[in-house]
Amino acid sequence: MTRYIKKALADIRSNRFLNLITIVTISLSILVVSLFLLFFENASRVIESWNQGGRAMIYLESAFSPEMLPDLEARINSLGAVEDMRFIPKSQALEKLKNEMSSHTRFFDTLKHNPLPHALEIRMKTHGDFQEVAAFAKKIGALEMVESVEYGQGWLARFLKIFSLFRITGYAMCGLFLLIALFITANTVRLAFYSRRLEIEIMRLVGATEGFIKTPFYVEGLFQGFLGGLLGLLILLAAFFTVSSGISQNLSTYVYLDIRFLSVKAMGLIILASTFLGWFGCYLSLKQILK
Amino acid sequence: MNLDSSKHSIIRLFNVTKRYGAKLALNDVSVDIQPGEFIFISGPSGAGKSTLLKVLYLAEKVSEGQILINGMNLARISAAKLPRLRRRFGMVFQDFKLIPGRTVYENVALVLEVAGEKPSYIRKKVMHVLRTTGMEKKANALPPTLSGGEQQRVAVARAVVGDPDIILADEPTGSLDQASAGLVLDFLMAYHQKGATILVASHNLHLMESMVRGRNIVLDQGQLVKTSTML
Repeated sequence: MTRYIKKALADIRSNRFLNLITIVTISLSILVVSLFLLFFENASRVIESWNQGGRAMIYLESAFSPEMLPDLEARINSLGAVEDMRFIPKSQALEKLKNEMSSHTRFFDTLKHNPLPHALEIRMKTHGDFQEVAAFAKKIGALEMVESVEYGQGWLARFLKIFSLFRITGYAMCGLFLLIALFITANTVRLAFYSRRLEIEIMRLVGATEGFIKTPFYVEGLFQGFLGGLLGLLILLAAFFTVSSGISQNLSTYVYLDIRFLSVKAMGLIILASTFLGWFGCYLSLKQILK
Repeated sequence: MNLDSSKHSIIRLFNVTKRYGAKLALNDVSVDIQPGEFIFISGPSGAGKSTLLKVLYLAEKVSEGQILINGMNLARISAAKLPRLRRRFGMVFQDFKLIPGRTVYENVALVLEVAGEKPSYIRKKVMHVLRTTGMEKKANALPPTLSGGEQQRVAVARAVVGDPDIILADEPTGSLDQASAGLVLDFLMAYHQKGATILVASHNLHLMESMVRGRNIVLDQGQLVKTSTML
């Protein structure tokens, strides 16, 4: 096997440009596929965490006073589906806002009274789907003294829509890019095979088996697939660290977002898949050439 | 054909015919070759000399007739067994057929690599053969940097490195000057002395007659027209 690996590495070195093109193509395809996988993994986790207790803010009418709280809490609890509830007095809300907007202290000084309402932060029990949450929020909104309920319905609705759209196009795009990578790999092998036609003819004349002739091509395909997959994942990792913190900050106001990079298992599968892709491209090409 | 003498034949051709379209490259050729014989195949261009060698190492299949190598019928050789059969042959070509991107050493070592020999044995054997053919100092050179005579010596080294029973040489001296051609024939003769069966196809009858002792098979338009002994 060492002999085949050495031979494959020597062939890669002698056809550097061609191999580089193939590795980059595979890496780009793997990048696109991994990007979708990353999105699906995180989106699934977000939905899962949201299903396991999405947060909602209940803004109360200006006529509400803290004495009415026990009664309101009892009415909300009677609706069920509430895991946890916390009262946020308007004075506390204003303090928090001042802290968060410390550069605008002059604006806060001009305020004659606190414009913020009292609020209740609730964490809901597991819900089956978005419609169920919306129905529950509507019920709370109908209660006396409740001004409005905010549970991130805007972005959640958009998110779910985008998510389902991405799921469909994601599969199609993954398939397309993998096919492109497969085609390029197969073509590289074909070119390498033709460029070594004389060598292969001589090998056959001196008694080389088909396995002896083909194995270095397969090893080359495996290398290309492995390196392409690794490169694709590294590019994705770099992009992930650049973008992920921004996304977390923007969306975590409403829902706790636990955006993570691909799991070790998923990365392993991607590398395995791209390595297989390299081998399979080689297999298809050799099968056709040697027919 | 004498059945007694053919009992121990290493190569037997029975009424072998090879057609390329309407053209007959070999026409009903029957030959019986004993182990250790030096066979010189002569005849004008297009007589079928190269085709005769090609059907022996199965680069071409016969249209009619049968070929036995050590009693093994070539028509019944499966694709999987073909490499093993070819390892019994050492082959020398007029155009050398050396891999240009591989060194002299690697070209010669290839024969032993495909046979699955150990690296230590390969190194020892290849260097020995290169020494014998006078190419030891050029072991790391690439074939395109060598002269025609040197390239053919490498080709001969490659042909003998696997200790084959049979050596097939197709116009081995065709593109060489008199001195280089003589050197190549000397190597083949030396190997013949060790007991190998050697078949050389060449139109250079004069050179062969002056150097080789063996049997001369004359082909013309694909037919075997004459067999004689060269003393």
